Formats: sequence, C-alpha cells, structure tokens
Amino acid sequence: MAAASNDADKGRWASGVTPYAEMGYYDADYQPKDTDILSAFRMVPQEGVDPIEAAAAIAGESSTATWTVGWTDRLTAHEHYQAKAYRVDPVPGTDQYIAYIAYDLDLFEEGSIANLTSSIIGNVFGFKALKSLRLEDMRIPPIYAKTFQGPAHGIVLEREFLNKYGRPLLGATTKPKLGLSARNYGRVVYEALRGGLDFVKDDENINSQVFMRWRDRFLYCMEAVNKAAAVTGEIKGHYLNITAGTMEEMYERAEFAKELGSVIVMIDLTIGYTAIQSMAKWCRKNSVILHLHRAGHSTYTRQKTHGVSFRVISKWMRLAGVDHIHAGTVVGKLEGDPNSVQGFYATLRENKLPANPVQGLYFEQDWASMPGVMPVASGGIHAGQLHQLLHLLGEDCVMQFGGGTIGHPDGIAEGATANRVAVEAMIQARNEGRDYLNEGPEILARAAKWSPSLAHALEIWKDITFNFESTDMPDVVATPSV
Amino acid sequence: MTEPNQNPSGQIDLDAAYRESKIDLLLDELNRDLVGLTPVKTRVREIAALLLIARLRERAGLDAGRLSLHMSFTGNPGTGKTTVAMRMAKILHHLGYVRKGHLVVATRDDLVGQYVGHTAPKTKEMLKKAMGGVLFIDEAYYLYRPENERDYGQEAIEMLLQAMENQRDDFVVILAGYRDRMDTFFQANPGFHSRVAHHLDFPDYSLDELMQIADLMVDLQHYTFDDHSRPAFLEYLERRVLQPHFANARSVRNALDRIKLRQANRLVRQGGSISLAELTRIDDADVRASRVFAGSSDQTSDG
Amino acid sequence: MRITQGTFSYLPDLTDVEIKAQIQYCLDHEWPISIEYTDDPHPRNVYWDMFGLPMFDIKDPAAIMQTLAECKATFPNHYIRVNGFDRSHGRATTALQFIVNRPAYEPGFYVDRQEVSDRQIRYTIRSYAVDRPVGHRYEEK
Repeated sequence: MAAASNDADKGRWASGVTPYAEMGYYDADYQPKDTDILSAFRMVPQEGVDPIEAAAAIAGESSTATWTVGWTDRLTAHEHYQAKAYRVDPVPGTDQYIAYIAYDLDLFEEGSIANLTSSIIGNVFGFKALKSLRLEDMRIPPIYAKTFQGPAHGIVLEREFLNKYGRPLLGATTKPKLGLSARNYGRVVYEALRGGLDFVKDDENINSQVFMRWRDRFLYCMEAVNKAAAVTGEIKGHYLNITAGTMEEMYERAEFAKELGSVIVMIDLTIGYTAIQSMAKWCRKNSVILHLHRAGHSTYTRQKTHGVSFRVISKWMRLAGVDHIHAGTVVGKLEGDPNSVQGFYATLRENKLPANPVQGLYFEQDWASMPGVMPVASGGIHAGQLHQLLHLLGEDCVMQFGGGTIGHPDGIAEGATANRVAVEAMIQARNEGRDYLNEGPEILARAAKWSPSLAHALEIWKDITFNFESTDMPDVVATPSV
Repeated sequence: MTEPNQNPSGQIDLDAAYRESKIDLLLDELNRDLVGLTPVKTRVREIAALLLIARLRERAGLDAGRLSLHMSFTGNPGTGKTTVAMRMAKILHHLGYVRKGHLVVATRDDLVGQYVGHTAPKTKEMLKKAMGGVLFIDEAYYLYRPENERDYGQEAIEMLLQAMENQRDDFVVILAGYRDRMDTFFQANPGFHSRVAHHLDFPDYSLDELMQIADLMVDLQHYTFDDHSRPAFLEYLERRVLQPHFANARSVRNALDRIKLRQANRLVRQGGSISLAELTRIDDADVRASRVFAGSSDQTSDG
Repeated sequence: MRITQGTFSYLPDLTDVEIKAQIQYCLDHEWPISIEYTDDPHPRNVYWDMFGLPMFDIKDPAAIMQTLAECKATFPNHYIRVNGFDRSHGRATTALQFIVNRPAYEPGFYVDRQEVSDRQIRYTIRSYAVDRPVGHRYEEK
C-alpha cells in the first residue's frame, strides 16, 4: 500500500502546517487517468508565493485538504482522493500561471452540477495566497458525462421537431423589455413571427411583474404563435420565460406553457444549477425545448484573471441538459472575442473536440455522443452582418435580431422578413459555392433589389458596428513549462 | 478545356488545347498502370485525338453533327477492360463530353429484374447513377437470352438503346465481354451495333507481359523473387496459360496471393528469428508447391 | 398566402439552375437526395409521400433533375420538396430541405379556437384545402 511509505515519512503527518505540495497535492510525474476530471486554472499568486505551492493549494482546497494537517486523513485512502496539480506553466509577459489539476472521479457525485462545482470552485476562489484565480477549462471524461441527462432534445431533434433545416434559426427578443401590457406584448410576438422569424423570446427579466403577469403573457403569446403558424404554414415558437422564485412556481408555469401547446420554455441562469437540471428533466419528460438565458454570467466570466470562463459554463450547461444557450455573437454589442466564441460554439455543438489553444480549449473533450446544445447569438446584430455571422457561427445556431427586427422603419413584420430574406439568400449563395464572406454585401444588395424590407434594413443599420477590444482573449501562444 | 485557343490571326493553338485537356497526363497514367496492351493504348490515343479535334471543330463552327461516343471493349477476363474504361471516363470528362467522369459498372443482375415490372425501375436506377459518367456493362450479352422469349432482358435492352440515342449528353455506354460472344450479341442486336462507334479489342497478354505484371505486383506489395523463384514463376505462367479459366492479370494476382500464403506458412513453420530480407523473399518452393505443377489437366483454379 | 416551410421560401421560386446548384451542394456532402410531395402541407404533416426511394450513389445532379421533372409532371399542383439527408454519426437527419413546386393557388390555414375555462383556448390549425379529397385539393373551384 502506498500509504505505508507515507507513514514512514513522519514529516507528512506532523501536526501543524505543511506545504500542500509536500502533502501530495503536487505531482509533476502524475499521468492523468482517462477517467480523471481535469481542470486548468489561471492563477496569480501573491508576491513571494511559489506558483507550485499555489497550484498545490488549489488542488488541496478543491479536494480533501484544509489549512492544517488532520490525523483523520489517515483513516482514508487519502492519496486516492487528493487532487493533483501536475503541471504549472507561466503565461509569458504576465504574473499569471496556468495550473493543471487532475481529480479522481470518486470525488464527485454522479449527475450533479452542484456537487461538481462545489468541489472545483467551492472554496478556492477566496484563497488569500492568490491575488486572483480563474477556472479556464475542464475536461469532462465520457464516463462522467454519461451520468448526466444532457440536452433535453439537442440540435438534431429540435430541427426535426420544428421541421427547419439547413439554415440558422431566427429569433428576436421582445422590446421594450419591460412595461408592455400582455396584449401589446403578444402583438410584437405575432408581427415578428408572421414576418418570418422562427422564435420570439421573453427577456431574462420578464417574469411576472405588476404590468404583466405571467399567465396573461402566456395566453396572449400563444394566440400570437398559433396565428402566425396558420398564416405562414410553419411551426413557430415563443420562449416563455418560466423563471420564478421557487421550483414550485416554475413547474406551475412550465405546465401551463405545455398545456397551451408551446414548443419551448425559457429559464435564466440565475435560477441555479440544480433548478436548471430539474427543468431539463421536466423538458425531456414533456417534449418541450429548453432555452437558457445566461443572465448574470458576465459577473464571473468576463475578466481574464478571475472567475470562470464561459467555456466551462458551456460544458456544465450541456451536461445539465439545456437545448439552447446564449453563447455570444462576436460582432454584436456584448463581450466576445471571435476565437473564444468559436471555442464556446464548438464545445456546445461538437461530439469530439481536440484541444485548441487558439480557441482557448485547453483539453480535448469527448462528449460520448451526448446531443449538442444550440448556441444562441443575441445582442446588437442585424441583417447586414449575415455573411460574417454565418462565417463565424455556422448554421446550427439561433440568430436573434431583437432591435434588428423591432426597430425596422416599416414595422416588425418587415424587419423579420428582412432577416429571413438575408439568411436564405446567404445560405443559397454559400451552397452555390460563392465566396459569401467577401461577397456578402453584394449578395445582400442583390436580394435587396427585390426585397424592399431588406433594402430598408440595410440602409438604416449599414454603419452599425460594435468595435471594442475584448477583455477575454485566449493566450494563443503556447506557453513553456516551468 | 475552357476557352477556344484561338489567337488573333485565326490560328488554333493545338498544343495549348492538348495541354489544357490533360489527356497526356491521363495517357501517361494508363501507360504506367497497365503493362503492354499497345494496340489498346494506341486506340485510346486515337480516340482522344478525335475527341479533341471534334471539340475544336465545334468551337470553330465546323460542327458536323454529334459524335457517337458509345464503345465496346472486347477481350478475355483480366486484360484491363475496366481499368481502361476508368481512364476513358476521365478522358471524356476532361474533354467535356461527360459532366462528372465516374464509372458505374453494371451486370445483367443490376439491370434486369426477375418479375414483371421490376426491370424498368432497375435499369432506370442504374442509368441515373451513371448520369454524368460512363456506364460499363460487363458481359453485356447476358442481357439477351434468345432462348427465352419472355426474358425481361429485352426490356432493359430497349431502355438502354433509347437512352443511348436520346441522352447522349448524359452518359457514355461501354459494352464489354468476350469477343466472340459480343460479336454474336451485336449480330442479334443491330441497334447496339449501329450505336457503338468505337470497338476496342483487348488481346491476351504475352508471357513476357504477364511476367512484367507479376514483377510490378510483387514490387508494389514489398515482396521479392529470388534467382530461383522468378524462373519458377515464369514456368508456372507457361503452364497456367494453357489451362482453362485463365484470366490474364487477374490470374497473376491470384497466383501471387496463394504464393504469399505459402510463404507465410513456411516462415511460421520454420520459426526462430529471421531477417527482414527473408520476410520479403519468395522462395522457389513457395511457387512450385502450386497445383499447376502437379500436371493434372483438370485444374480450374489459379492455385 | 405562401407557405414558408423549407430553407428558401422567402426567396423568389428557385429556377432549375438554382435547384441544381443546391442539389450539387448536397451531393458534394454525400447527402442522398429524396423527393417528396403532398397536398396536405400542414406544418405538422411530417411524412409527405415519397416520390420513389431516396436516390443513393448519384453523381450528377442532372439525374435528380430528371426525376424531379417526372414528379412535377405527375403532381403539377402539389407541394414538392427536395431533401438532402446526412447519415453521419450524431446527425442522421435532414440537412437541407426546400420546396420546389407549389400549387398555383395556396388557400392556406385557419386557426380553429376552442374556448375552454380560465380564458384558455385550445388551438388547432386547419388547412382550407383538406376539405376536398386527396388529389383534388388545389384544383380551381
């Protein structure tokens, strides 16, 4: 037994404080097992703190250790349960390091994001020895992935359910976000859907306020959805946001949405991981697609040196079982460097991904055939950017043109038509083998000749771009080992 | 070929047109892939030249009606008919006579059904697969069974004839099989005969050529003959060609496969450690263990 | 009205050259093509009738155009759609689907509302066309 040799080493068990690295939380020779969960942390140690000791401390605090030695460790197969930092790389030109830590699968409960996150990010982010800490990426072994339900439906089933193939789906968020009465709110939904969008969406903070109670909103929105389906002959949907203060209320709203025949419901990330997993189970059981708005994520995903990267949130949410998740637009008004966003999209959609430092993917990831999550691009995008959007994001996504639909000078339906014409013309050109990225403006201009809705959209938003430097970009260059 | 290669003086640049068509590359490939077959290669070269000039004439406005491109390839098994057909499909594609240049191989079973109403859909399906390329009908004479007047082959023949006439832009048909039986087939079906413009006869390989083929195959598969096994194989070929069911290059391949099997068994029996050279060497005994050397006249296999 | 199912319903009706280009795109991805027709284009009508089996192993879009022409000749007043099917692992689904033929007159659908309690309404979408028998739904009245 390995413990026997440790027992001989009196220093390991002497009372008091022993460096984590010496307690076995750092092992440069450790070969991660296929079943280990791996994490990459970006850490900035305090002045004078050895980066290896800092990495070992993270491994220790996110697994079995505490600040001092306890004899009760010796009642366990502690070397099995100890997480192991196995690699620490400096990030050139900065005070940052990337620490790689391996966790044995036995540390985690099956099928519980709450347990996984309580372990990995539970305590360590407040550690005084570190100035800052960020969870950059995780490798979820297939054997652990298989303990989760995964997306209630996934991309393929959603497309078959909606009978829509070969192009990005189109959506819009109802505006104004707050203040509309339920009856007027439904009008916006109807106009956007009849004009050509596939989905309209509640915003994250549309729940059940005094100006519009949830039940009224559901009734009017479903009138709009059904009427739009009849006038177009297409399946239409509205993401009814069922976010509420308690699980019981959420179930009640979800049941009502289902009863009314809605194909999709929506939740906010703020409801918490366990509530998300519960709703994912409910959605699979009831054949309702689950849309997740990542409300609040920027509080911990945006800063490069502290928090949790969105690629990790993407992985957790795929495991948790949502069908849609907002994952960035690159060109729109919200944060998102192109390479990172493409990394999020790949994480959500692909079955097997190789490690890809350029996209910020630290590990390979095998999803073991778990269905893909449909990424949603939302926030400050419009029809004039379709060639760029299609090039960056591909066709398996929902493109949401909120302002770009509702702000159209000729009305909401015309705005929706402009977007639909633009997407179909771009897909047609791409499939015909055209260099659509470079010829994009010309392709749109040609379609605008016979589509006045598109012509007016292009005219009004032609110069709108949001060019700000990203706060979170991959390091890109490979970093040497310590 | 893209643009007519006409310079301002009205001269047509034949060299450029030839280069652009890439037929020389395809003919080179044919030379590399197939040993011997000189008369066939000459015919392929002639046909390619004819097609190229026809294209240039058409562009110059000297169009003299549409060229018939359907062909017949006759010869014994293993004489390279399918290989040449694949190259021919590429040549036709490069010269713009077919849109895709693939080869679809069909036999009677792919075209003719066993029950009423089954033949038309089967033939139609094969014609669709062949569109844009070449339909290679192996042992075409099996389509025609004069002894059975209710044979459904006739239905396939009529559909083929119609397609060969009306869909000349869609595909080229190559009918293939033994020479004598093809001759009989054409006599009984003058419709085919009149629609087939080019007849290529594939002669049997000479012993020298068969040995060259064997050397090529052995080399490609990383084996070697030694000073004893090579003459033994030549002797094998001398005997084998006289026996029934000899199929030229195909028989050479089969014989080598058996030899490899015997070599492997010999090495395993022998045991111990061996050199890399021994791993590739074909021994005299590996060749001479063949039944062909047993001298019995009822041999029907390539062993 | 104009039924807007399929990938290209917001564009002007595709010409044969345009249809052929989309078919070529499918063939380039090794997606076999199938042709389906119906006179009941309800959004939930999943199974349109197949005009023959999916066409596997086809290299030249001309072969599919020929079959499509036959389908149009047989069902000039039906909805006809072209599907490209992606059999790859993890997909096994339609990859592209677009309408290539529609009746001269499309009567469309209406919403049938059944009022129940609590202001709830049970919605059913019905086609104006299906009152008539199969094969006669889009004839001029």
